[in-house]
Amino acid sequence: MQIFEYNGSAVVAMVGKNCFAIASDRRLGVQLQTIATDFQRISKIHDHLFIGLSGLATDVQTLYQRLVFRHKLYQLREERDMKPETFASLVSAILYEKRFGPYLCQPVIAGLGDDNKPFICTMDSIGAKELAKDFVVSGTASESLYGACEAMFKPDMEAEELFETISQALLSSVDRDCLSGWGGHVYVVTPNEIKEKILKGRMD
Amino acid sequence: MSQSAVDVPPKGGFSFDLCKRNDMLTQKGLKAPSFLKTGTTIVGLIFKDGVILGADTRATEGPIVADKNCEKIHYMAPNIYCCGAGTAADTEAVTDMVSSQLRLHRYQTSRDSRIITALTLLKKHLFSYQGHVSAALVLGGVDITGPHLHTIYPHGSTDTLPFATMGSGSLAAMSVFEAKYKEGLTRDEGIKLVAEAICSGIFNDLGSGSNVDICVITKGNNEYLRNYMEPNPRTYVSSKGYSFTKKTEVLLTKITPLLERVEITEVGEAMEE
Repeated sequence: MQIFEYNGSAVVAMVGKNCFAIASDRRLGVQLQTIATDFQRISKIHDHLFIGLSGLATDVQTLYQRLVFRHKLYQLREERDMKPETFASLVSAILYEKRFGPYLCQPVIAGLGDDNKPFICTMDSIGAKELAKDFVVSGTASESLYGACEAMFKPDMEAEELFETISQALLSSVDRDCLSGWGGHVYVVTPNEIKEKILKGRMD
Repeated sequence: MSQSAVDVPPKGGFSFDLCKRNDMLTQKGLKAPSFLKTGTTIVGLIFKDGVILGADTRATEGPIVADKNCEKIHYMAPNIYCCGAGTAADTEAVTDMVSSQLRLHRYQTSRDSRIITALTLLKKHLFSYQGHVSAALVLGGVDITGPHLHTIYPHGSTDTLPFATMGSGSLAAMSVFEAKYKEGLTRDEGIKLVAEAICSGIFNDLGSGSNVDICVITKGNNEYLRNYMEPNPRTYVSSKGYSFTKKTEVLLTKITPLLERVEITEVGEAMEE
């Protein structure tokens, strides 16, 4: 069995007009047995920067703790929050450092940069950055997510429409993947607020 | 406080702490993950006034296209660019590392970088990792000694050539070069030939696709023509888009209002002597 299929996951991020949305499924499993239905895959780094990690759950939690540590050190030294592009380079460097014994997870980073311009990117497990202007996906359901997002995405969506699009893309993709699902967790971030929503999905 | 090491930023280089654990997982039957590869067609040729580099823009993860428009021509110095094929993280990391080393060297010597310097730095690094850093590069540029074009293989061997191709589409591109290359090409003829070679890779090799990027380097000038040709535009966009009649059911909503970011500039007093 593939290492990424041990726990199962689905993470997707999309760009809208001066806003972004990042969504994940909620299942945590050990191969085919589900052990939790409220696993947190998306974490906040600061008010305008979120990171979603898919892959092996232990590495997801360890990597998240390491990144929060590095960001707090940065905040102490620079007296400000990290820009999303800088954070993406930091994550890439931390992952590439372990090139020959990597962290078995794939991050999806989403943030609002200068002038509230949304930024999203994903990486493979050794830090190869893939910037995109529309959407990025990661996890066991990634192939279905690619298809759903290609079909449903429109540029310059407002927050409400973006929420609807990303939720529909996520739920329809995880329905085709046994290892992810059990609801969805969506964050829609605009310059003025963070909206966090839990979605009702198929519990199978 | 326990004796365990604190995670301070390390001095650089690779760290191997998770290797033992990953080996244990592989032995238990869990296969290792696949990395983002740039299947690729990358080419370079020397023309009358300098060097032209070309690359496609598809990045693959196994059989899936992960990025339809990635950048494979990396900046090394104002007069040197490098195309990379192989594992994407390796090509990016190696070219970034050598680019910073070249900049430091420029500061120390107050001279423009030479292509041979970049070549030696790259081949030393790749050879020392015995091919495990999987980066196949086409390095080109113009320095004080003239235009140069080199290919570098993942194990550290290099070739110096008037025209070169690398990557999974290299055979398709090389066939175009072997048929049509001649010495003393003009800029437009050179660009046309490079675009043709990359297109043959895009259409005939499954690992290459999307658009053509071109970089023209001449003495004292470089031009990066990103997406010079887009022979594969997306034609199936629905003008109406998706309208969702049945909305997603939401179980819980939490709204966190964010405070407006206010810049506070304190007018401080000058320090006393």
